[in-house]
Amino acid sequence: MNDRPHLDEEALAELQDVMENEFDVLIQTYISDSAERVSALRTALEAGDADALAKTAHSFKGSSINIGAPRLGALCMDVEDAGRAGRLADAGPMLDRVESEFRQVQEMLESFMVD
Amino acid sequence: MEDAPSDNQPLRILIADDSDSDRLILKTLLRRLGHKVLDAANGAEAVELFRQASPQIVLLDALMPRMDGMEAARQIKTLAGERLVPLIFLTSLSDADALARCLEAGGDDFLTKPYNRVIIEAKINAFNRMRLMHETLSHQRDLIHEQNRKLTEEQEIAKRVFENVAHTGCLDAASIRHHASPMSIFNGDILFACPRPDGGIQLLIGDFTGHGLPAAIGAMPVAEIFYGMTSKGFSASDVLREINQKLKRILPSGMFCCAALIQADFALNQIQVWNGGLPDGWVIRTAAEPVQLPSAHLPLGVLDATRFNAAMTILKTCPGDTLLFMTDGVMETRNAGGDMFGDNGVAAALRGIKDGETPFDAVMGRLHEFSGGLLEQDDLTLVTLEMADGAALEGLSDRLQLSALEGPAEWRCTYQIRDRTLGQFSPLPLLLHICMEVPGLRRRSGEIYILLSELYTNALEHGILGLPSEWKSTAEGFGRYYEEREKRLNEIEEHFIKFSLTHSMTDYGGRLVVVCEDSGRGFDFHKHGQPPEAGRGYAGRGLMLLHRLAGPLTFRERGNHVEIVYDWHFSEAGKSENPAVTKSGVSHE
Repeated sequence: MNDRPHLDEEALAELQDVMENEFDVLIQTYISDSAERVSALRTALEAGDADALAKTAHSFKGSSINIGAPRLGALCMDVEDAGRAGRLADAGPMLDRVESEFRQVQEMLESFMVD
Repeated sequence: MEDAPSDNQPLRILIADDSDSDRLILKTLLRRLGHKVLDAANGAEAVELFRQASPQIVLLDALMPRMDGMEAARQIKTLAGERLVPLIFLTSLSDADALARCLEAGGDDFLTKPYNRVIIEAKINAFNRMRLMHETLSHQRDLIHEQNRKLTEEQEIAKRVFENVAHTGCLDAASIRHHASPMSIFNGDILFACPRPDGGIQLLIGDFTGHGLPAAIGAMPVAEIFYGMTSKGFSASDVLREINQKLKRILPSGMFCCAALIQADFALNQIQVWNGGLPDGWVIRTAAEPVQLPSAHLPLGVLDATRFNAAMTILKTCPGDTLLFMTDGVMETRNAGGDMFGDNGVAAALRGIKDGETPFDAVMGRLHEFSGGLLEQDDLTLVTLEMADGAALEGLSDRLQLSALEGPAEWRCTYQIRDRTLGQFSPLPLLLHICMEVPGLRRRSGEIYILLSELYTNALEHGILGLPSEWKSTAEGFGRYYEEREKRLNEIEEHFIKFSLTHSMTDYGGRLVVVCEDSGRGFDFHKHGQPPEAGRGYAGRGLMLLHRLAGPLTFRERGNHVEIVYDWHFSEAGKSENPAVTKSGVSHE
């Protein structure tokens, strides 16, 4: 259902080129931001706040796309759509997939940094 | 305030995004392109930063906590005012409605995530070019506004200068009605009226070719000459010749002045008209059909002095007759259908004059009606002059300023003109000028002029040319009189008129003795010595006038030697209402 790659190697290479020394800072910023967003998504879902769910998912989607994590971006968009449509019941399983994809991306990015 | 317009200068760019990583990427990207970046994490912060640092380009995330991008965009555009600050939305929005809302809020474009370095650079450059172009245009617009303001101010000043030099003279006289736009001078229309020393009026209406300042420049010398010469007693022909010569010299070729000069003599009830290039003038008669006065000459400033013809058409009028002249603007006034008013419009208006309506009101009324109330052309001038008994302007001499210098008191001069010159030159302005050197006479220029001109006219027309004044009493005879005058003037040979002026001081003021001799056959003054009978040699009117001003005339020799004694009082030197004259032969207390 989502055949996008976990990481867009080309985009990451370009980012690395742009950011130079700050590339590691960028990755760390993204990871800590995203961790916050994952828990914010969980909180919104539990509180039944569809609007907060959609907005947070939207921001998460944007930064994921920008960092070169298209699959995670697409999963965030599913949550955003569900939140916007008020389909909170559907959002639970989606959120699970977002969490697991984020863990995967995080691992890969960290290994990218070590390189 | 803004940086000088240049394509390669670093820009101050404001970015606002709540995502730290996205902000970091964008900031780094823009810095590496050489720009100075200010960053904000939400809309409120972005507006505040904009207020403080007035950046030149703004990149805004659409969805942000604490004031979203759309509201921030609205506030930033308001703060920017007239400045063009390109505002680009950063978005991962995909639905069309949301994108449209961004533009409605004042956004100029989008950048979608993921950011692409090449596209960002291209967009920033494109918007910077637009910004610079807008800045240049605003700058030029401000310059144009400023130029325009200055020009208007200068025109105001120029207008005031014009009004001082080219003032309207005695246009406010009861016998004159006129319509002229206050700014008409800038369209080259002129309208001047000036009293003559003998109580008549000279009127000049004209229309310079072209528009604007160049057309107005010519009005200055024309006014100077017209007022200067008319008030010194120069005839209409002399004034015309002088104006023509001046304009011919100063105006570039192709520029000239269509004009009509009218000399009205209320005492004689006659007008002299010269029309060079203006629409037909009219004399609207109380007891007869209107007479048209078409242009008979080329405009002023076209011909050189040798070819210029200043011959006046002389018309006898009756009290109540009205003279009408206008500039081309009247002819060219259009109705809604685009038709022009033209000669037919004027003729129709004059035919349709109602009882008690003046020709001026009739033509103006018809013109208003014709134009559908949109009579706002600047270059439209219309004037009427009513020939009324006693319309002569009183107190002209009062307007003249007394010179602070003491003038000559005891003097004598003799001036003689001969032969051809008799037909070509009027000695009156010169003789008047000599008399006006005496401060006590200055306030009496009108009387002195009449005195001199009556003596001169009688010497010339009756003494030398032998024209019978009775001719002038009928309409046919009037025309014949002036035809014959012209003819005989050309044939003058072996003739002269000699003026001897003597001025001396008396205990009570001064005395001017004027002796006028001519080479004519004279007449039997013993028979015709006293008014009111009309003598063969002197018209009754002239004799009475002279008598009223200076008492009896003394005729000598064979009636071609006339002496007048004109006494004036110190005590009444400042008054002009009552002739301060002690009549010759009447003893003074």
